[in-house]
Amino acid sequence: MTSHFGLLILFALFVSTVFAVLQRDTPAEQARLGALLFGGFVVAALVLGWLLYPFPLGS
Amino acid sequence: MRATTAERARALEKGTVLLICLVAWLVPGAGHLWLRRVQKGLTFLVVLPLMFGVGLALQGRIFPFEPSQPLVALAALADLGIGLPYFIAWLLGYGAGSVVAVTYEYGNTFLIVAGLLNVLVVIDAYDVALGRK
Repeated sequence: MTSHFGLLILFALFVSTVFAVLQRDTPAEQARLGALLFGGFVVAALVLGWLLYPFPLGS
Repeated sequence: MRATTAERARALEKGTVLLICLVAWLVPGAGHLWLRRVQKGLTFLVVLPLMFGVGLALQGRIFPFEPSQPLVALAALADLGIGLPYFIAWLLGYGAGSVVAVTYEYGNTFLIVAGLLNVLVVIDAYDVALGRK
């Protein structure tokens, strides 16, 4: 898998899992925080991507 | 001057805490397993080496310690944060990195972040060992 979005999803999955397990003690709370963090990562990346879209890549 | 029993107990506790931190660094999640946080320990034991492995598979580079290049040295320090998987990869000759690979920078990111996350896990194990959490 070499697509930027696929690797972004994988990265967000790893990081949100570790953060959620570190910060919460029960599996239910961990799942809730993990989902929130994962969604936050993906949505933030998409929003930033669209915000940067008008800017040229440069020559 | 001889140490009192309480002082010896405190010293032993301190030694045990340091040992827990060392083990937690070497094997991701082992500190939590030692402290009977089994679910957390197993999660770290699976996720962190897997993330490091993905970084290697993406042809990321295990950076060398080069004091003349501070950013490379910092990346090397972050890579080292993962503990034993770092040494295993180094011994097996993985982590040479391929600058021309499309996934090179992604691989570096996975390797560095896996190491830094393990450092957070070690700090958490330290807090648990001291009874702060």
